[in-house]
Amino acid sequence: MARTRTIKVDALARVEGEGSLRLRLKDGVIQQLEFGIFEPPRFFEAFLVGRDYSEAPDITARICGICPIAYQMGAINAMEDALDIQVPRPIRDLRRLIYCGEWIESHGLHVYMLHAPDFLGLADAIELAKVNRPLVEKALRLKQIGNEILAAVGGGRAIHPINLRVGGFYRAPTKQEIGALVEPLKWAVETSLETVRVVSAFEFPEVEQDYTFMALRHEDEYPIHEGRLITNRGDDFPVRDFEDHVDEEHVARSNALHGFMKARGAHHVGPMARYSLNHDRLGATARQAAAEAGLGPVITNPFHSIIVRSVEILQACEDALRLAENYEMPDRPFIEPEPRAAVGYGCTEAPRGICYHRYELAEDGAIKSARIIPPTAQNQKIIESDLWQVVERNLHLPDEDLKWRCEQAIRNYDPCISCATHFLKLEVERE
Amino acid sequence: MFIIGIGNPYRRDDGAGIAVVRRLDGVAGLEVVAHHGEGLELMGLWQGHDDVVVVDAVSSGAAAGTVHRLDAAAGPLPAALFCHSSHAFGLAQAVELSREMGSLPARMTIIGIEAGDWSAGEVLTAPVAAAVAAVAAELAEGG
Repeated sequence: MARTRTIKVDALARVEGEGSLRLRLKDGVIQQLEFGIFEPPRFFEAFLVGRDYSEAPDITARICGICPIAYQMGAINAMEDALDIQVPRPIRDLRRLIYCGEWIESHGLHVYMLHAPDFLGLADAIELAKVNRPLVEKALRLKQIGNEILAAVGGGRAIHPINLRVGGFYRAPTKQEIGALVEPLKWAVETSLETVRVVSAFEFPEVEQDYTFMALRHEDEYPIHEGRLITNRGDDFPVRDFEDHVDEEHVARSNALHGFMKARGAHHVGPMARYSLNHDRLGATARQAAAEAGLGPVITNPFHSIIVRSVEILQACEDALRLAENYEMPDRPFIEPEPRAAVGYGCTEAPRGICYHRYELAEDGAIKSARIIPPTAQNQKIIESDLWQVVERNLHLPDEDLKWRCEQAIRNYDPCISCATHFLKLEVERE
Repeated sequence: MFIIGIGNPYRRDDGAGIAVVRRLDGVAGLEVVAHHGEGLELMGLWQGHDDVVVVDAVSSGAAAGTVHRLDAAAGPLPAALFCHSSHAFGLAQAVELSREMGSLPARMTIIGIEAGDWSAGEVLTAPVAAAVAAVAAELAEGG
């Protein structure tokens, strides 16, 4: 006798933005599993045509409220590539500092408010505050420190920072302004170390995958805003070759564009990829914390992503502290760009993974075309792939629990569906 | 009075809240700020203020330009009005967590302007533009 199960989630909670998941089972065998989100960067790509190159950072920042720096830096890197600008070390360091601030904010929000509740069997952060208020207070303070970094470097406000521009910054912050970050960051380092310990004690569902990871690789740093692209399958190429290796396809039934590697199929970007490809670039404290948390150099269980994110918060806090302590004002806040007809490529590690920008410019610096491939678009196939395993291993659960486990699995990727902004509906049909 | 306008000015009517605070910038007696709506930051913003108004675009099925008013201090916000937030931890969650943590302002009014068009662009639809003007005028006179 055929038995159909249908599980439907109208609004996936605790992810940025919304997406859709449809699951159909017949006699306990998965017939159909589709995870789908929209592609709003497409609208931005069209919207940018005709704008001046200098506007790209501020416009693309509006793609995402929680990761504006990722878009600003992707656009800036691409424009500086097009216009052949190399910025001096102090400007480079300021960029890494503000990007650390974004990682702290974004990962901090996700680990505590969005993902930890899953592991604790709690519905949301409000429930978490009821059972562990000090933990939530620490999360809020950590987030605030991320904000303070963004405000200090980004032009006096944390909300869509206004100080980043092609060529550098409109105004270089003073030594005092950056120095004010030092004490809060010392607290943040301690708190993030504690966070790794707290999350490592969670219970983790058993899922294993041999992922094709892709991330930036830098000659000496844990990568954030500079580097080449590598995979764990031996690929190693400059950012400008990205579209030779990665493509997107339209998956008609779910209205989504799925990123994939032309030669290898589904790939995986984000903290797990960065960590697995750059474990040797972690600072001593972060590497030690990861080891004590039980992590090896390569991650195979996606539920361990919460530990990896916590390790990255720690790394970002340490980097930010070091940069703040050693900050020297640049001689000039920016290099004046000279527009010309060119194509430029930029790729940085947004909190959720590599975010790629490519722009073609006209003689006068107007944008002729734009392509933006955000990390969440690239992770869609691998999210589906994880979900197959999660569902197969949890068929015995009642529908509500299976639904929650699927949501928890999706949250492993901290999908920024704000970069995709549409509605998540989970439909599971069991036949 | 501290007025927070939430939204995305590059997504047409999603910029309604931003448009309201832009009109109020410089009006005596009002402190205004434009924000993208991420919840934890909102909590930090309104903390310490006694009298807060938050203005945002909403999607409840009502006609575009409809203006909803909610007293957040009075009790939990209706989930239906805020289920389409583009943030995982948005305004509704921020209000409830603030309430739980004891940091919710004594007076908090939420003004939701029903959006008609969320697509990419900078121009508000006509009914939303009218609602923005009306809300701004009302707030300029002290709410």
